[in-house]
Amino acid sequence: MSSNPVHDRIAKEIAENDVLVYMKGTPVFPQCGFSAAVVQVLSELGVKFKSVDVLKDAEVRQGIKEFSNWPTIPQVYVKGEFVGGCDIVKEMFEQGELEGFFKERGISLDV
Amino acid sequence: MAMSAREIEKAICAALPDAEVTITDLAGDGDHYAAMVVSGAFKGKTRVQQHKMVYDALAGRMGGQLHALSLQTAAKD
Repeated sequence: MSSNPVHDRIAKEIAENDVLVYMKGTPVFPQCGFSAAVVQVLSELGVKFKSVDVLKDAEVRQGIKEFSNWPTIPQVYVKGEFVGGCDIVKEMFEQGELEGFFKERGISLDV
Repeated sequence: MAMSAREIEKAICAALPDAEVTITDLAGDGDHYAAMVVSGAFKGKTRVQQHKMVYDALAGRMGGQLHALSLQTAAKD
């Protein structure tokens, strides 16, 4: 564990949620096109996910970038593993890899 | 302050000298770009690692000075 309480909070959230999306806004009202694109892909696959709205929490907004060593939001975590941001998730979806990725990790897809 | 396509390309090529970089100004506003980067240095790396190498090349400007850079990477044979 780190000595940074925000990082500890993020680590706990990631451990407790199989699919977690750090995004701007909410799945119903995304506040950024990149966040909206990730929500759209996950919804299309029927993946249940939890989201964190970084616009509501400045500490997490900065903290998640440091935690993942990744400069942008959205960020997607699956079973504790950092999958990537919008570009990677979209590319995996378009190349037909994303469905298998979730299935391999035991994430159910309700279509 | 936004970055020009030329500056983005220069920064990427400084870190990855063999990189073939194609940049598209998506909105024509000098602030929303798409970049395709092909480099031999990406071989054997995951997508996350490849994207991190490009972000490292941009040295902290990504997400700040550079608002939106949609990134696609591929390994060169």
